[in-house]
Amino acid sequence: MKPRQKRIVFVLIALVAVGIAGFLANSALQSNISYFYNPTQIVNGEAPKGQVIRIGGMVKEGSMKRLDDGLTVAFIITNHNDEAAAQYTGILPDLFKEGQGAVAKGKLNEDNVLIASEVLAKHDEDYLPPEVADAMEKARAASANATQEKAQ
Amino acid sequence: MSINWFKFSSPATFYPLAGKLIPIFGVLTALIGIFGLYWGFFQTPDVLTDQKQYYRIIFIHVPAAWMSMWLYVIVVAWSLIGLIFNARLAYMIAAAVAPTGAIMTVLALFTGAVWGKTSWGTWWDWDPRMTSELILLFIYVGYMALRSAIEDNRRSDRASAVLALVGLVCIPVIFWSVNCPDPNQCAALHQSSSMSGIESNILFAMLTMTVSFWMYCFLVPLMRARNIILEREHDTAWVTEMLEVKK
Repeated sequence: MKPRQKRIVFVLIALVAVGIAGFLANSALQSNISYFYNPTQIVNGEAPKGQVIRIGGMVKEGSMKRLDDGLTVAFIITNHNDEAAAQYTGILPDLFKEGQGAVAKGKLNEDNVLIASEVLAKHDEDYLPPEVADAMEKARAASANATQEKAQ
Repeated sequence: MSINWFKFSSPATFYPLAGKLIPIFGVLTALIGIFGLYWGFFQTPDVLTDQKQYYRIIFIHVPAAWMSMWLYVIVVAWSLIGLIFNARLAYMIAAAVAPTGAIMTVLALFTGAVWGKTSWGTWWDWDPRMTSELILLFIYVGYMALRSAIEDNRRSDRASAVLALVGLVCIPVIFWSVNCPDPNQCAALHQSSSMSGIESNILFAMLTMTVSFWMYCFLVPLMRARNIILEREHDTAWVTEMLEVKK
């Protein structure tokens, strides 16, 4: 082989190796790097008490309320099977909403309530003004109704 | 029409060509950028379902993040051309692109942190995409450091090209790190990319800004490439001749 062909082979092998490494890294990342506990694990007592942990899931609809001191917010994190209660004193992130994903970091107290020192909100891929979002929601509901009527 | 590509692989031909292209890319960067910012600030909604004015940082954040990944691919591509064809100009272009890529990475990380503090509630988190973007920054810095650490140009070219090639592994990780089957089981704070849930004016402004960033990413590396050429070829006949003429 000429030197240039050798170099091409070297580069191709290197590219394939890098590709495989990237693929492996990706699949490792996607097969659940759960850096947080889910509510089921909290209910089953799998999470250690008195240690800083994270709980991730959805904020349950209608679960958010302000405690009497006026600063602390109590809410429930759910994975639609189990629920974990959490409390947080401070300014909540702007995207923190009921029905949206969130991660709370803190320690569990004796009653299995997470006293959060930090609350992170996840965001969705929507970048829509409210009126457009409403219209889309209505259209979706209408088409869902239409398909239901067809089915009947 | 056939183009003799090897003609352009000579720094002596490339240098004046780059000189002609620079003003074109400069004008395009400015015009498209001004238009994109105008559209982003005045033709887009002020309030979204869950975000307020600060969402507008995406007009900088997303183009910068895209360019940080894309420029790395460019660095690797020119490095490989250099490795295969022993073309010194290809290495010089790779070296010229890398600092701009590093700046784009810093810009993406910085704007993301500012936005994240308000919306996620934190400046920084070890979300897979943020972590791999930070590693990309280290790879850019390592590439530039390795280049300047080896005195001999030919050896530094080849060594840094191999480093660039290995670092390529970071790009697919950044790109696919958020496409997780169940978002509630994954650590990612970033949402999966979606072109359907975005209002069309926001998307338009974002893509316009991306084009402007892209033009900038031609402009500055071309300027830097000219400097590198002059520095490396300073004792060749054509540089001496050109400088003579200028005097």
